[in-house]
Amino acid sequence: MSALLETCNLTRQFGGLRAIGDLSLSVNRREILGVIGPNGAGKTTFFNLLTGIYPPSSGDILFKGNSIVGLLPSQIARLGVARTFQNIRLFRRLSVLENTRIAYDSQLPYSPVDALLRTPRARVRERESIDASMELLELFELGSMANECAGDLSYGSQRRLEIVRALALKPTLLLLDEPAAGMNPYEAMQLTDFLRWVHGKFSLTIVLIEHHMQMVMDLCDRIEVLEFGVRIAGGKPDEVKANPRVVEAYLGTEGELP
Amino acid sequence: MSGMNDWTKSRYLPSVVLFAGLIVTAILPATGLLNDYLQFVLVSVAINAILCVSLNLVNGWMGEFSVGHAGFMALGAYASAILTVKLFPAAPDILLFPIAVLIGGCVAGLAGIPVGILSFKTRGDYLAIITLAFLMIVKSGLENIPYTGGPRGLLGIPRLTTVAWAYFWCVVAFWVIRNLVYSKYGRGIAAIREDEIAAEAMGVNTRTAKLVAFVTSSFFAGVAGALFAHQLQFINPSSFDILKSTEILVMVYLGGVASLGGSLLGAGVVTILTQCLQPLGTWRMVVLPALLVLLMLFRPAGIMGYRDWNWLKPRIFTKPRLEKSKQAPLQ
Repeated sequence: MSALLETCNLTRQFGGLRAIGDLSLSVNRREILGVIGPNGAGKTTFFNLLTGIYPPSSGDILFKGNSIVGLLPSQIARLGVARTFQNIRLFRRLSVLENTRIAYDSQLPYSPVDALLRTPRARVRERESIDASMELLELFELGSMANECAGDLSYGSQRRLEIVRALALKPTLLLLDEPAAGMNPYEAMQLTDFLRWVHGKFSLTIVLIEHHMQMVMDLCDRIEVLEFGVRIAGGKPDEVKANPRVVEAYLGTEGELP
Repeated sequence: MSGMNDWTKSRYLPSVVLFAGLIVTAILPATGLLNDYLQFVLVSVAINAILCVSLNLVNGWMGEFSVGHAGFMALGAYASAILTVKLFPAAPDILLFPIAVLIGGCVAGLAGIPVGILSFKTRGDYLAIITLAFLMIVKSGLENIPYTGGPRGLLGIPRLTTVAWAYFWCVVAFWVIRNLVYSKYGRGIAAIREDEIAAEAMGVNTRTAKLVAFVTSSFFAGVAGALFAHQLQFINPSSFDILKSTEILVMVYLGGVASLGGSLLGAGVVTILTQCLQPLGTWRMVVLPALLVLLMLFRPAGIMGYRDWNWLKPRIFTKPRLEKSKQAPLQ
């Protein structure tokens, strides 16, 4: 199976700080890859490089075999790379429906002139975007809140909406940045089931950054471990769990994972 | 959906009402019911409403802070006045005037392109300073062109802005900007205001969205400028200084940011209030700013901030189809 995403010697320097150093890894189609590491290990920087928020200092990123370095974040998103953010970044004053539609909009082919004059072409596409977005919201039990402000939703619903919004892009690769942050173990367990369901339903490849170890171990097919921007281990959950280097760097000097 | 009772829901009703409004505004001045002063106020309300809704696109919906709106207005005013005064003074008004207004809008719209491009990488205070610089360039440029009278300005502009024309262009401005803000580009513009990084990550082409916002906004500022020139019959560069921009800003923030109804309200309230407060003399310069301070304290987004009346929205937005929730994915 060919890799969906590959990074080759990816490096990102912030002044004297090497946030990501010589990172080469690959994500296979349809797998769930966990990326773990202590705080400041460069996990979020890794996502920001993948989504084009910053350019890499050196190295290359291949998505479906083509380099995406130098593309605008919106272009990368349109290629099928969707993400959520560590600290929720919803469009807070816009409605739940509008949040979803904004992601769906990238698939609507009509020009600014169509928009300004509201031509039949624009009208048909608008209808289509409302219907498709509503359908998606219904699927995630957010339909009844479609007209509420995203900022007024409960924390859990906001997390869910962020995932729904990412799915409205119809991505092949979904990057989740600490989706379980701020959740208790029970909620994290529910989220695990939820993500497994989403993974199957939308035929996704997922890269997951997470600190809830139980969740990562349950969900991920493979895990990569970063420390100070460098990959220190990788493999099946059980291998990573047993790797003394990982245990030392991340989980403490003694003891086992829960 | 049957019977005559539903005529209020007919999709043609808005068009019929708007057209009736055009006929009324065309006939009223001829009946003598409106004296010159009232006509002047009505035309001013319409021009200010165009300025207000177009600035609102950038300052309200996109959440930037442009202070250069008077500059775009000046370009429209001068471009159209050159056509009617210098180039084609003999052409029939009924043909020349709409074309002059349109060209005034286009010239301003073109000037919106570089400002839009500068906004790709610059935000907030920095972009505000760029728009201020733009305004100063336009103003001092106009002061140094002898062809248009330099600092003395352009005199003898025919009075072509009737109540009907002002009404017509006002409706066009609101209709077009409504179409835009309820389109994918408009949602992109609002997404930029809420969170630009998230907008890009969700596939919003922020460059296109910003260009569309700036060009549309400046186009209608130019249209308003053209109407303004042919209302006052005299323009000079200092008619379009930072104070003019400030006046429009007051209307936007009083009426309500990111709101069509708010733009109408802001322009109406400010224009009529300035007229009503004339007897106060210089003190009227205190009342309006004081009102603004109170508003910022108690309603920082303006009277209609981030909201709109349903009759101003496209129909598909006022009747969302909320179906029953389907099977739960979790459990």
